[in-house]
Amino acid sequence: MSLRRTAAIALRQFYLIRGSVARLVPLFAWVAVDMVLWGFITRYLNAITSSSFNFIPTLLGAVVLWDFFARVMQGVTTAFLEDVWSRNFLNIFATPLCIADYVAGLVLSSIVTSSVGLAVMLALATTVFGLSFLSYGIAILPFLLVLFLFGIALGIFASGVVLRLGPASEWFVWPVPALISPFAAVFYPVSTLPGWMQQVARLLPPSYVFENLRAIVAGRSGSPASLLAAALLAAIDILLASWFFRYIYRHAVRTGLIARYSAESVS
Amino acid sequence: MPVLSVAGLRKTYGSTVAVDGISFEVDRNEIVGLLGPNGAGKTTTINMILGVLQPSAGTISIEDLDVATHRSQALARANFAAVYAPLPGNLTVAQNLRIFAMIYGVRDVAARVDELLAEFDIARFRDVKCGILSSGEQTRVSLAKAMLNKPHLLLLDEPTASLDPAAARDIRALIRACARGGVGGVLWTSHNMHEVEQVCDRVLFLSHGSILLEGDPRTLPREHGKETLEDLFITVAREPLTLDRA
Repeated sequence: MSLRRTAAIALRQFYLIRGSVARLVPLFAWVAVDMVLWGFITRYLNAITSSSFNFIPTLLGAVVLWDFFARVMQGVTTAFLEDVWSRNFLNIFATPLCIADYVAGLVLSSIVTSSVGLAVMLALATTVFGLSFLSYGIAILPFLLVLFLFGIALGIFASGVVLRLGPASEWFVWPVPALISPFAAVFYPVSTLPGWMQQVARLLPPSYVFENLRAIVAGRSGSPASLLAAALLAAIDILLASWFFRYIYRHAVRTGLIARYSAESVS
Repeated sequence: MPVLSVAGLRKTYGSTVAVDGISFEVDRNEIVGLLGPNGAGKTTTINMILGVLQPSAGTISIEDLDVATHRSQALARANFAAVYAPLPGNLTVAQNLRIFAMIYGVRDVAARVDELLAEFDIARFRDVKCGILSSGEQTRVSLAKAMLNKPHLLLLDEPTASLDPAAARDIRALIRACARGGVGGVLWTSHNMHEVEQVCDRVLFLSHGSILLEGDPRTLPREHGKETLEDLFITVAREPLTLDRA
């Protein structure tokens, strides 16, 4: 593996974002809109409900964390799609670059782009709506870590899906966070879900984050053991996703898909 | 030691044989033309050498490095340019060259990029997005990218296909100079037989995945009773069974 080649992949994304307002603005615009929308929703709910319950750390905090996860995933997938849209696969993969370099470069660019989104969300949520991440205590660190790891895993997996099924399959990728969110119990306890959905929730690292978030906000202690389990589960998901991507890449090399990749050749 | 050794190279897609057990070498400072009609297996062969297509059988070595087992080290000594693989149009010329220089492990990236911009006469396009360049200008940029790592093996798939005669002549001169003056060899595919006669030291005629003929492009036609290389090409394309196999 080569750090320089990894950096080259991330540098490509930096150049693209820097040179395009259409790429730069979405890094912070949509999350800002979410903060404004959910900020006022939580403020309204606080106004009409019992003064002993504060919706801001429960609801707005959950939105911040869920948006962060979604941005991490989309950061990986968007970086991959830039090579799909510009038909750059042959140029990229006919070089000394190995798959590990390439995926690491996608992850590195996602770290930067999702950090921008997180910073904007935190700035708005704390200054305008009074959210304090300190209310979660030290647990905020494993919250972010688990969501980051799972976002990376899903981003790598989604990139593999697009590589296998073709450019049109990107439309399967964008709704993934929305499809997962009911199972991840972002806004309600896992116990709210029917039995079969609870089983699925147990397999999703984010569900442990939001269960712990609600426990801490309610004045109970979090569960370090469950957060550790979630982090391990997310790390395993990264390994599985990486294995999947490598498997799809090898299929693409076996069949010549890399050289011929286009909407017409795949789907 | 040849810069490229291909032995028993074969590629099948189900029952279709795209490349049928071909073997050849490219030596240092040699320009070898890979010729053949559409569908003969030229691009399939090049893609296997570049490691983006897995052979069904056979071996490919770049300076004794097996592409199958030492892919990164082998490809670090090679580079390519193809008319169907332009650089991303949404980055500038300098940005694209900088990124690929990093991927190929070029030491002084800024200096090497400046050097190539001057050598290929594209310095005025330094900050221009590749997507808005003309096809000839994009070809120059692709060739500049192909020369970033001073490759020991240069693979060119119809590099002058979209160029006007004057631009094509300039590019041929540049590539000839690179092959003669450097340490590498060139494998070149082209449908322009006049160009092949001018540039290539040796040619391989591919048809239906097999090498039918091999030799000096200036003498090969007469050896097979043809006036020009183009006549020989047409015979290979239409009536390959009338020729002796190489």
